Amino acid sequence: MQNPASEPSRRGSMMTDPKVRAWVFQILAIGAVLGIGWYLFHNTQANLAQRGITSGFAFLNNPAGFGILQSLIDYTEGDTYGRVFVVGLLNTLLVSVLGIFIATIVGFVVGVARLSPNWLISRLAALYIEIFRNIPPLLQIFFWYFAVLRAMPPPRDSHALGETVFLNIRGLYLPSPTPAEGFWAFIVALVIAIAGCVALARWARVRHENTGRYFPVLWASLGILVVVPALFALVAGSPFHWSVPELTGFNFRGGWVVIPELVAITLALSIYTAAFIAEIVRAGIQAVSHGQTEAARSLGLRPGHILRLVIIPQALRVIIPPLTSQYLNLVKNSSLAAAIGYPDLVSVFAGTVLNQTGQAIETIAITMSVYLAISLSISLLMNWYNKRIALVER
Amino acid sequence: MTENALKHTLGDKMMIELSGVNKWYGEFHVLKDINLSVRQGERIVLCGPSGSGKSTTIRCINRLEEHQQGRIVVDGVELTSDLKHIEAIRREVGMVFQHFNLFPHLTVLQNCTLAPMWVRNMPKKEADEVAMHYLNRVRIPEQANKYPGQLSGGQQQRVAIARALCMKPKIMLFDEPTSALDPEMVKEVLDTMIQLAESGMTMLCVTHEMGFARTVADRVIFMDKGEIIEQAPPEAFFSNPQNERTKTFLGQILNH
Amino acid sequence: MSTHVFKPDLPPPTLSVGVVGWLRANLFSNWFNTLLTALALYLIWVTVPPLIQWAFLDATWSGSTRSDCAPGGACWVFIQNRFAQFMYGFYPQGLRWRVDLTVILAVAGAAPLFVKAMPRKLVYGLAYLLVYPWLAFWLLHGGPGLEVVPTSQWGGLMLTLVIAVVGIAGAMPLGVLLALGRRSDMPAIRVICVTFIEFWRGVPLITVLFMSSVMLPLFLPEQITIDKLLRALIAVILFEAAYIAEVVRGGLQAIPKGQYEAAGALGLGYWRMMGLVILPQALKLVIPGIVNTFIALFKDTSLVIIIGLFDLFNSIHQATVDPAWLGFAIEGYVFAALVYWIFCFGMSRYSMRLERRLHTGHKR
Repeated sequence: MQNPASEPSRRGSMMTDPKVRAWVFQILAIGAVLGIGWYLFHNTQANLAQRGITSGFAFLNNPAGFGILQSLIDYTEGDTYGRVFVVGLLNTLLVSVLGIFIATIVGFVVGVARLSPNWLISRLAALYIEIFRNIPPLLQIFFWYFAVLRAMPPPRDSHALGETVFLNIRGLYLPSPTPAEGFWAFIVALVIAIAGCVALARWARVRHENTGRYFPVLWASLGILVVVPALFALVAGSPFHWSVPELTGFNFRGGWVVIPELVAITLALSIYTAAFIAEIVRAGIQAVSHGQTEAARSLGLRPGHILRLVIIPQALRVIIPPLTSQYLNLVKNSSLAAAIGYPDLVSVFAGTVLNQTGQAIETIAITMSVYLAISLSISLLMNWYNKRIALVER
Repeated sequence: MTENALKHTLGDKMMIELSGVNKWYGEFHVLKDINLSVRQGERIVLCGPSGSGKSTTIRCINRLEEHQQGRIVVDGVELTSDLKHIEAIRREVGMVFQHFNLFPHLTVLQNCTLAPMWVRNMPKKEADEVAMHYLNRVRIPEQANKYPGQLSGGQQQRVAIARALCMKPKIMLFDEPTSALDPEMVKEVLDTMIQLAESGMTMLCVTHEMGFARTVADRVIFMDKGEIIEQAPPEAFFSNPQNERTKTFLGQILNH
Repeated sequence: MSTHVFKPDLPPPTLSVGVVGWLRANLFSNWFNTLLTALALYLIWVTVPPLIQWAFLDATWSGSTRSDCAPGGACWVFIQNRFAQFMYGFYPQGLRWRVDLTVILAVAGAAPLFVKAMPRKLVYGLAYLLVYPWLAFWLLHGGPGLEVVPTSQWGGLMLTLVIAVVGIAGAMPLGVLLALGRRSDMPAIRVICVTFIEFWRGVPLITVLFMSSVMLPLFLPEQITIDKLLRALIAVILFEAAYIAEVVRGGLQAIPKGQYEAAGALGLGYWRMMGLVILPQALKLVIPGIVNTFIALFKDTSLVIIIGLFDLFNSIHQATVDPAWLGFAIEGYVFAALVYWIFCFGMSRYSMRLERRLHTGHKR
């Protein structure tokens, strides 16, 4: 029942046609964005000109002239700002990888503990989660750094663990390996062992399909990985010299030194992120309905097989997407390192380099693009993965 | 009253024996002194109001629930907390659930071959053949490579039956297999179950499908408040219930 | 016809109920479980008694200088001594009633919104949102009739709350617009909104704060100088808006298509459809998500230490490095942790309760 009076509105003014309106609206929006962009650009140009700062990335080739507390690649004060960037980036990646590794292990353990039928264990896990996820990560970093590690004794009175590992105000001292006479034999043994494990896994799968007989691949592989290198080491000699840190005078010599800044950040970020991961793991396992376990049990499957064949494959689908976003958070949170002077990307590049050169726009833009690149590539990967594993529904 | 269309003779062997079984959920007494024996090839329908303990009874038979008092013997093996016994019994007892409980991450075929391969140690080729045989019997071989999520409820339940049969069980338990189905799909599942009954399988079904009970059951058991109130062959059970409570229940369920 | 006589309910075997049954089921059901129980008890034994010893039994609760503190226990004197500074920062002592009044007004004003039977909630809520911010600004900052307190003197918990509350309140409208834009049919609008959202979500807040403190002055004409706090607030608002946008988008997606169609069939235009039909439902759905965003922001406010603002965390940190109170960092951080924890835990419980209520509302 169309009202005839509404007819003329069809060819009414251009502005009431939704298509035209959409076009006008979009052009206005693009115009506004460009306008604001131009305004900011114009102001910046004027401000930079007045301060006598030339924009551009030429400064990256200038010598930096300052030292960096920790560097994974060779670095001296005479190196360029460009190299400083690489050093900072590597330090950021180091914290991220260490943090992700530890947080994943702790998070999975706590998450599974949260679901334990043991009441005490499950309560303790809940306590862990509720305490650590509700305290700002920066505060946790400061706690470990200022209240714990900075309050460590001087090298003379180090806390020692079996005369090989030492903890004092300068950091954590670990024994470090250097290649010895049996080193190459050890590498060869390792390669053989790994190849053996892969072959064993394939053989076991084929045999299971052909004969139905089951072979405990996991235990056998662990055995191979231990026994083969050990045999080679017995024959060819020890693969490593262990350089044990030793107190000489006022400080330790030898071994690996993990600076307290790195210890504090890794510890704090792992503990903080693990609390979130634990919740994700708990939710993921709980998302697999009890009916699945019951069905598997009623078929006579053993508990280990139920876990491996039924629960884990389904839980992982639920766990992995939020897990990656926690990994991303950890990478972004690693920038908190700047607050205690750990030389990560933000600290050395957006901090020191910016202050020295005054190239605010360039340094911040580079820093932000690094994080953006990491975020975007991980989300793209995630979208692809989600599409691949999505359960097929009607 | 339709005659039991599938008259047959029962074996002498006792497949399931429950004697004096008691079970509590916390303080709540769910099963009270249940005594029940099932002979080989016997087909039993359990009915009763919700919460009467009928599902709990059959779930005790394959240890999805633990009983606290009494004896349960299945195919000569007594159920104790010994995992060996439990696994031995579960291998011989198939179960079909109200909500199908198919594994959504596996194809229909993989759902069917999982247990034969990992529990019976059957080679993959043989397991595939067995699976296809039973998928043929439930009349959905063409769906073998689809995922459960792509099937209708009735089809999923038939896959669930095939999955249980692939273990070649001696006993089949059905826990309200048609309650979660749309009305038009109930028949296809019941037909599959009737066909199974014809093959001589020992069956325990918790169901409210009284037509199924009439045509298939050797014995109908009525439970209420955790007790077995009455048991009789279907003709006697439906035409001449001995108990007041049974009569009321039948009145409610048949007049709907 | 016989009547069945039901057997009486019997009590369960003693081994399966009561304290014994509970212990058996939850702590000692098998050897592995028993092992875990032992492990847990050991963990508790090594952590809890020393903690109680330190925090309560050996602690010093009253005094005025560090020399009053007994060694070995916690020195709560330190916290007591600096408490006012942790709460108000350098806000002039005589004017602190204005901060208290602002908080009291906020709580008293918002309280009716949590009363279920309150009539005209929406009107009241909007009026509150329109009036309160001005009142709060006037009270905290000063202006006509009140002495001006420059933001450089603001600090402590008060500053933390200001940043968190202004941040979320400012981010809300922008976030809603961005969420609508991301779901718009117009490709240009969608691209602009997606770019904006993904940019802020992809970078750490710390770089955003850096940017606001060093780049904002470059972006604006030279004669305009902006207050340090305002710079931080702008950064926080832009950053949080992106997160709010994603939360709101989730709510918009949860609204069934029928609602859009019904609103369209009534002849409502885009803005009326959104404003009167879709957003009221979507926003109600996303309240828990917004509370969670607020919790994250509340924790993130501690980052303003980087640009030299004296929020709760920085005030406490500065106090721990004060030569007069050196050596009490643990007490300081524990107190800070406790304050943050109470706020975050409280809000997360509230959000969980809301979520449960909203869920049941949907099922019915």
